[in-house]
Amino acid sequence: MQDLIDDFQDLPVKERLTLLLEFSDNLPELPARYADHPDLLERVEECQSPVYLFVEIDEDKNAHLFFSAPAEAPTTRGFASVLHEALDGLPAQTVLDADNQFPDLLGLTAAVSPLRINGMRAMLARIKRQIREKLA
Amino acid sequence: MPVPFDPSETLAEYAHPEALVTTEWLAANLGTPGLVVLESDEDVLLYEVGHIPTAVKIDWFTELNDDTLRDYLDGEKFAALLSSKGIKREDTVVIYGDKSNWWASYALWVFKLFGHEDVRLLNGGRDKWIAEGRELTREVTPVSETQYPVVERKDEEIRAFRDDVLKHFGNPLIDVRSPQEYTGERTHMPDYPEEGALRGGHIPSAANVPWAKAANEDKTFKNLADLKDLYLGQAGLTPGDNVIAYCRIGERSSHTWFVLKYLLGFENVRNYDGSWTEWGSSVAVPIVKGEAPGAAPAPKK
Repeated sequence: MQDLIDDFQDLPVKERLTLLLEFSDNLPELPARYADHPDLLERVEECQSPVYLFVEIDEDKNAHLFFSAPAEAPTTRGFASVLHEALDGLPAQTVLDADNQFPDLLGLTAAVSPLRINGMRAMLARIKRQIREKLA
Repeated sequence: MPVPFDPSETLAEYAHPEALVTTEWLAANLGTPGLVVLESDEDVLLYEVGHIPTAVKIDWFTELNDDTLRDYLDGEKFAALLSSKGIKREDTVVIYGDKSNWWASYALWVFKLFGHEDVRLLNGGRDKWIAEGRELTREVTPVSETQYPVVERKDEEIRAFRDDVLKHFGNPLIDVRSPQEYTGERTHMPDYPEEGALRGGHIPSAANVPWAKAANEDKTFKNLADLKDLYLGQAGLTPGDNVIAYCRIGERSSHTWFVLKYLLGFENVRNYDGSWTEWGSSVAVPIVKGEAPGAAPAPKK
């Protein structure tokens, strides 16, 4: 997470948006088992565009994150992709311990507005909630 | 010199066909001196994903709003913004965006607060341009800075404040939010929970016409007969009425404001941008819950 924060913070504000766009372009596709079963995914209501997510915990208690967001919602896709890069494959407990302020620390708030960054905070909260439910 | 208007027959029936251009017209006129194309979207990265060649990006949240006050830019900041976008006072500005031009209408309304003469919307916006397979580019349009003059913002004609609404009772109001917001079942728009208000319901006597009813599936505006049916028939407006439209923060109602003013030809239409996030959190202003508009209270003197 700190590496990502540094990646964003080292750039001038306008170029942080360009980096977010790169993440947006590179959001991994859903695997077929989810692409065919959108009902398994959880809608992130706080986001202005439809975004869905799902967390799997493997045998070693590592968390795997899956997201789906439409091409017309590149900011939301970018947020999802940054979270994927930061957290996918980490031990579930590490994800639970991740700083809730992570979305605010990327230095994107001025570039995308506080309202929009709320959506990313909501995604992180929902990821943690799913993990807690699955570990319980 | 304004760029010649779009003579398309599909626009001719509206009260002010000069306020719209078709995708065909824009494609044929890209690069015309004196024409500036602006993209205004809800999603702050959509322009970067691909935009109409020569278009310049403008962002409603980070650029048109004051960053401290709940207000729009003042004259000096607007002049600085437009200069940085390479816009001259006499330029023809065509704005387009996502979601049936929802945010493009909002930008157009702000331009009109500063009296920019020639601002038009691309009928159908971003989605129609893309659906027709027209060219998109990721190349950021280079801009030569201009000297846009400092013009004082004039709110009276097209913007209503809370007190103006209290004085307006007895004249028609249009609430352009979803039926769930209108009845008070929700205090925020579906999917936008962070922009709530403390109370639910609507301003007494307001008719509910959700903004998107004025748009076709291809995101263009409905034809004149359908618009008349919606606003004169169903909402009960009479030509010549003095109308105030509102939503939650004034963006969806900019779309309706555009329809009433430029397509139907109402001369006195104002957008109440304080809208429900202000009214629904204000102390001691009247509110009606449920589906019925309710009676208009006595107007404030």
